[in-house]
Amino acid sequence: MSAVVEAPPSPRVPARRKVLAKARSNPTTLAGAIICLLILAAAILAPWIAPHDPAEQDIMSRLAPPGGAYPLGTDQFGRDILSRLLWGARISLTVSLGAIALACVIGGAIGMVSGYIGGRFDLFVMQVMDVLLSFPSLILGLIVVALLGPDLANLVVAIALTAIAPFARIARAPTLALKERAFVEAGRALGFSHLRIVFRHILPNILPEVMVMASLWMATAVRVEASLSFIGLGVKPPTPTWGGMTRDGFENILDSPWLAVFPGLAILLLVLGLNLVGDGLRDATDPKLRNE
Amino acid sequence: MMSGTPALEVNDLRTEFRIAGTWHAAVRGVSFTLARDETLALVGESGCGKSVTALSIMGLVQPPQGRVAGGQIRLDGRDVAGLPEKQWEKLRGDRIGMVFQEPMTSLNPVMTVGDQVAEALVIHKGLSRSAALERARALFDEVKIPSAAARLGEYPHQFSGGMRQRVMIAMALACEPAVLLADEPTTALDVTIQAQVLGLLADLKSRHGMAVLFITHNLGVVAQIADRVAVMYAGQIVEEGPVAAIFARPAHPYTRALFAAIPRLDQPEQALAAIPGRVPSLDAMPIGCAFAARCEERRAGCEAPQVLAHVGKAHRARCHVATVATAFEAEDTAIHDIR
Repeated sequence: MSAVVEAPPSPRVPARRKVLAKARSNPTTLAGAIICLLILAAAILAPWIAPHDPAEQDIMSRLAPPGGAYPLGTDQFGRDILSRLLWGARISLTVSLGAIALACVIGGAIGMVSGYIGGRFDLFVMQVMDVLLSFPSLILGLIVVALLGPDLANLVVAIALTAIAPFARIARAPTLALKERAFVEAGRALGFSHLRIVFRHILPNILPEVMVMASLWMATAVRVEASLSFIGLGVKPPTPTWGGMTRDGFENILDSPWLAVFPGLAILLLVLGLNLVGDGLRDATDPKLRNE
Repeated sequence: MMSGTPALEVNDLRTEFRIAGTWHAAVRGVSFTLARDETLALVGESGCGKSVTALSIMGLVQPPQGRVAGGQIRLDGRDVAGLPEKQWEKLRGDRIGMVFQEPMTSLNPVMTVGDQVAEALVIHKGLSRSAALERARALFDEVKIPSAAARLGEYPHQFSGGMRQRVMIAMALACEPAVLLADEPTTALDVTIQAQVLGLLADLKSRHGMAVLFITHNLGVVAQIADRVAVMYAGQIVEEGPVAAIFARPAHPYTRALFAAIPRLDQPEQALAAIPGRVPSLDAMPIGCAFAARCEERRAGCEAPQVLAHVGKAHRARCHVATVATAFEAEDTAIHDIR
């Protein structure tokens, strides 16, 4: 994702801007982007728009149903659900964005280099990746967090670690095909180094796949973060997280369903938005569809 | 001809590939020289080692798959065969350029063609991106791509095959190399476009004084573009000489068989002469003439190693029958002259 933004602006070739224009013209992508931007805005603006302090306990109105002073109700400690959701968005976004950016860069580089070099090196690297992949991501995250201790940075590292192997695989497969293409040999014939070929010529070709993967895995990261919080290995309370809120709400799901439903909906909405944006970006970056 | 040193001199080149753990030679002792402003056509059927020769000259045959096992490659008088990779990267695209057979896949589909042409200029000449793009526009004009400035910002899929091959030529020529290797650059194009691209190559060659090694299996193309011809078979040059001499009196039976296999429009009742048999595989290469098994003139002596011997001025063939026969012919003419 970052590569699109970082590409040097070109006076002659407004193609990068066209990608965004193209993505914007697609209604479902637009919907996804709006969802993601709203959640992002909510996270950034939480200190100003949250009606209450997320940690403030109003013992008198515990488990208040939605409406009135508490638009989405309160939890068992009398804390405002809406305010906690807004603040919780920060944790969800920071962890998922950070973890996926890390996994995307490290895993992508491992996959491309491994696929490009090939041979026994590739075999060895991919078997290491298979070992990583054989752990369910929740278990792997659990091990790492248990070893490093539950805090925000460790959560990011733990989730990134679970996502490196899939990114390595998704980057390697097209690299294997692309390195046999004539333009790689033509590039070599023009005196391009292997590094230049991998990162300047092969990378933009596999970016659409990696980006769709990144959006899907950001959704997964949101989920893993929620799951780790759910089993008590996430960011420590009272810091609000969507996963932690869902867990807390479970205890009262029969008489006060809004406790679990709203954070659950928030997770669903973010995951949906990320997937819609991912699909839209894939279509928009396909050069065959670009300049119709 | 400006200076005495040829632009490219290949001496006893041997390139090997590994098949099931053992090295087998795909190019066996190929030697030729290429002067400035000269086009040498390297002719032969698929798998005879033409492309491998070109890739060896570019330093692109690399372990673990293959290796240049022997011989010298002199570029402007400098032996480049054993250079480390970093030095090679400086030469490739700068002093020696290559155009490939497949214009449809030789361009990066997600980069604009302008950027692709500019990239080599940025690397080798240290130009800024905008200066390189400006130069790319001039190159597009030179290879006759219409409305060059507008097309710089387009992607390869927006170009036809012929136009893409022009882009490839512009890329190869960007840094004004001394030597251009053209590996079947017109094979994938239809005939009218072929003629245009050939004309363009010939024009650019004389304008820049480049040496061109033109690889093809199409003898019609050879007649159109080459000054000299080298015919390759099973990794060896079996005949070489000026284009006129080879077209007038092909000496090696393989060259003659190639000519016989060209369909002709002026002979309605012809039977096309396919060459029976196959090129011997790399791991079953005979010691003697590699063509003997398919040769109609096979006789005693073919099983011995063959050498390139003169059949005329600057015209040599690797066949004991052909070189002896011309010796007799020479005698005949001598006797005729006496009478």
